[in-house]
Amino acid sequence: MKLTLRIWRQKGPDVAGDLETHELPDVSPDMSFLEMLDVLNEQLQNEGKEPVAFDHDCREGICGMCSLVIDGVPHGPMKATTTCQLHMRTFHDGDTITIEPFRAKAFPVIKDLCIDRGAFDRISASGGFVSVNTGGAPDANAVPIGKEDADAAMDAAACIGCGACVAACPNASAMLYVSAKVGHLAHLPQGQPERGRRARSMVETMDAEGFGNCRNYYECEAVCPKEISHHFIGGMNRDFLKANLCGGE
Amino acid sequence: MKLESAIPEGPVEGKWDKHRFEMKLVNPANKRKFRVLVVGSGLAGGSAAATLAELGYEVLCFCFQDSARRAHSIAAQGGINAAKNYQNDGDSVYRLFYDTVKGGDFRSREANVYRLAQVSANIIDQCVAQGVPFAREYGGQLANRSFGGAQVSRTFYARGQTGQQLLLGCYAGLSRQVGLGNVKMFPRTELLDVVVVDGLARGIVTRDLVSGKVESFAGDAVVLATGGYSNVFYLSTNAKGCNVTAAWRAHKRGAGFANPCYTQIHPTCIPQSGDHQSKLTLMSESLRNDGRVWVPKEPGDTRKPRDIPEDQRDYYLERKYPSFGNLAPRDIASRSAKEACDAGLGVGPGGRGVFLDFRDAIQRLGKNAIEQRYGNLFEMYQRITDDDPYEVPMRIYPAPHYSMGGLWVDYNLMSTVPGLHVIGEANFSDHGANRLGASALMQGLADGYFILPYTIGHYFATHKPGPVDTDHAEFKRVEKEVEERMQRFVSIGGKRTPDSFHRELGRLMWNNVGMARTKESLEEALREIPRIRDEFWSDVRVVGGRSEMNNALEQAGRVADFLEFAETMALDALTRDESCGGHFREEHQSEEGEAVRNDADFCHAAVWEYTGEGNAPMEHREPLDFPNVPLATRSYK
Repeated sequence: MKLTLRIWRQKGPDVAGDLETHELPDVSPDMSFLEMLDVLNEQLQNEGKEPVAFDHDCREGICGMCSLVIDGVPHGPMKATTTCQLHMRTFHDGDTITIEPFRAKAFPVIKDLCIDRGAFDRISASGGFVSVNTGGAPDANAVPIGKEDADAAMDAAACIGCGACVAACPNASAMLYVSAKVGHLAHLPQGQPERGRRARSMVETMDAEGFGNCRNYYECEAVCPKEISHHFIGGMNRDFLKANLCGGE
Repeated sequence: MKLESAIPEGPVEGKWDKHRFEMKLVNPANKRKFRVLVVGSGLAGGSAAATLAELGYEVLCFCFQDSARRAHSIAAQGGINAAKNYQNDGDSVYRLFYDTVKGGDFRSREANVYRLAQVSANIIDQCVAQGVPFAREYGGQLANRSFGGAQVSRTFYARGQTGQQLLLGCYAGLSRQVGLGNVKMFPRTELLDVVVVDGLARGIVTRDLVSGKVESFAGDAVVLATGGYSNVFYLSTNAKGCNVTAAWRAHKRGAGFANPCYTQIHPTCIPQSGDHQSKLTLMSESLRNDGRVWVPKEPGDTRKPRDIPEDQRDYYLERKYPSFGNLAPRDIASRSAKEACDAGLGVGPGGRGVFLDFRDAIQRLGKNAIEQRYGNLFEMYQRITDDDPYEVPMRIYPAPHYSMGGLWVDYNLMSTVPGLHVIGEANFSDHGANRLGASALMQGLADGYFILPYTIGHYFATHKPGPVDTDHAEFKRVEKEVEERMQRFVSIGGKRTPDSFHRELGRLMWNNVGMARTKESLEEALREIPRIRDEFWSDVRVVGGRSEMNNALEQAGRVADFLEFAETMALDALTRDESCGGHFREEHQSEEGEAVRNDADFCHAAVWEYTGEGNAPMEHREPLDFPNVPLATRSYK
C-alpha cells in the first residue's frame, strides 16, 4: 500500500507544533500501525532526520502507553482496539492518514506525539486503592464475592489508563477513567470502607488537575479500547454525591 | 567473587521460618533513616517499593515507562499459581515445590523454591484484600484453572488479564504510598549505571528520558527489579522497552550473572507475518486447557484445516505425552512444535506454525463457555491475524518469552555486590532451566511482598551502611562515564540505525542460540557477535542530541548492552555441555528427542564474573543439591 502521513511534530511543550507530511511507498497490510511508524522512523533516520517520537511499549494492547489520535479518533477507526493493535489492513492503498497526540489541557505534549499523563497517576495516588498493608490479609476465600459482582468489578478494572477517553471528550473529562477505578472497588466488599472518601478525593483531584466535566456525550465509551461502560460514571456520581451529602470523613 | 548462598540449615520446610527468626531487625523508628532505591515498578519492584514504604523505609522508585502501572508484568495473561488446594485435588506446598523443581529440570535452588511455594498462598490473600478481581464461581469462591507441568488446578486468574490485575493491585498500593509521601516516583527515568562505594552498592546514575539529564541518586541499598533479557532475540513477547541494561551495568560493577543461557521459548505465540515484525504476541498457555495442538500427518498438506480428516491429523503432544497431553511444560511443547515444523509438517506461511484447535472444546462446551474463558484472547488473535479462531484453528509458533537466568542472588536475594538486591525475573534462582506457567507472577510478588522486605532489614542491621551522598568522588566518576558514553553515541555519525543492529543481533541469536543449540552454532555466534558489536560502534547513527527526549539514543544504549550480554549468553550456552529445560543442546538428546542432562558435571548454577573489556568472563559455580526432590529424568508421558 502507498500511504501519505500527516504527522504532528512538536519540539517541546512550549513551542508551537505543526503537521508534517511524509510518503510511505510500500506498507504491508499485515503491519501494525506502530510497525508502519517504525518503517517511517527508519526511513527518517536513514535520511539523517529525527525520528517521530511516539509512546509505545507492550504492543499487545494492555500497557496503555500508545496514545495516537488517528484521523481525528483516539486509537483510530477500529472499535475496542488500541493503536498498537490496529493493523494496516484497516486502511486502503492511497489513503492519507493524519496522526496527532491525545490532546487535553491536563495532558501537555512533551514532544511530537508523546504526552504527559502524570495527572492520572496523581488521581490514583489520591484514593485509587484499598488501604491495606502487606501481610495479615485474611484467607482469600473468607469473604465470598458473587460472580456478578466479581465480573462487574473486572469490567471496570479492565481500564488500561491510556487516556483515550479524555482525548475524545469535548470537555477533556477524565470521568470514565476515574469512575472505572471507583466502580471497580465499589463492586467489591474490600472497597466499601473507603468508598465515599475515595470517590470524593479522586473527583477533587481530577478537577484540580484541569479535566473537564461529563456532559453525557459518551465519546469516551465509544473510543475506549476496553469498552468501559459510561454507567460507571453514574455510579461514581452517586458515590460522590452521597459522600458529600452524608458528610463523614 | 565468592558465592555464599546463605541457605539456612535444617529441613527445607523449616528454613524460611528459622531464617525469619534469626535475621536481625531494624527498629521501626530507625527504618526511615534508610533509603532504598528500587529500579523497576513491575510486580516485583512495585510490590517491594510499596511494602518497604509501609514498613517505614524511605523509597525512591524508578521506571522508564511514563507510569509505574505500565511495567511489562501487565502483559501476563493466564494466571498465578498458589498452593491453596481450594479445589481439593491434592495440592500442597510440597507439591507446588516439587512441580517447580521438576519443571525447572533440577537446575534451581531447592530452598528458594520451597519458600516460593510457601508464600504463594499469602500472595492470593494479599491480592484479594487489595481488591484484585480474580475470577469467581457462582457461590462466591475463587475459581482455578490448570496450567502446564501440573496435574492439579492451582492457577488463579482474572480473565486473560491476570498480570494486569495483579499489577494494578500493586500499583494501587504503590500509589497509596506515593500519596502519603513515603515513595517518590521517577517515571520516564532509565538506570544507566550502578555506583559501588567501598564495596557496597550505594546508588545509581540515571537519565531523565524527557530532558536527557544525567543524574545520580544515593541510597543505603539498591533493588533491581528490571525484568528479563528476552529482547536479546529482538523478536520476543517482551515489551519493546524491555532490556538488559540495568542487569548488565550491575554485572559490570561486580554482580555475578547466573545461567544467562536459560531462556524460555513460549510455545503458543502468533507466528511472524513479515520482515516488518517488531514483536511477537503471546497467546496464553491457558488456551492449552481446551485447545488441541496438531499438525497434518503429511508434509505439504495445503488443505484447509477443517477439511483435514481426523485420521490425517497428528495431535503430537497427546500422542507423545499421554498423561500431560496438551499441557506438557513449555520447553517440551516448544521443541515438539519446532520438531514438527523442521519435519516439514508446519502450517501457514513458511511452514512456521502449528494448529491450536478449539473445535472439540466448542462442540463439547458450547461457544459461549469458550468465549467466557478466552474471549479477549480470541479477539486479540483475530485483530492481529484476521482469522476467526472460533471457525478456524489458531496458528501458533514458539517465541522467546522469559529469562530464567539473571543476576545471581543468595537466599536473601542479594547479589555478589553487598547492598545490591535483585528480585523478580531479573534474578536467577527459582525457575532453574525452565519456568512453569503462572509462576512468574508468583515469583515477582513473592520477592517483592514477602521476601525482600524481611531480608533487606537484615542487610541494614548487619552491614550498617554509613552516610554517603552524590558528591562522593565515585558518583562523579560514574556520572562522567555515563555522560561520555551518551556523547559517544551521538558522535559516531555512522550509517545504520540502532534498530537495524538490534535486528541483526536478534536474528543471529535466534538462529544460533535459540531453541536448539549446537557447539558449532554457538561458536559461530561467538565469532559473529563481536563483529556486529564492532560494526555498531563504528557505524551506528544516532540522530538528535543527548540533552533532549531521544528515543534513538535510548535504543542505542540498550542495543550496545545487548551486544555485550549476548556474548556471555552464548559462552554460557557453549560451556553448559548438556541439555536441560529450555537449554537444548542437540548433541545431548535421547532417541525420542528429549533433553538429556548431565548431572555429574553440570548440576550447578554457572555464575559469570566480569573481568574487564576485551577479557573473557570468569566462570564460578554454585553446586546445587536436591536432598528433597531426587534427581530424575523428567517424564510427562
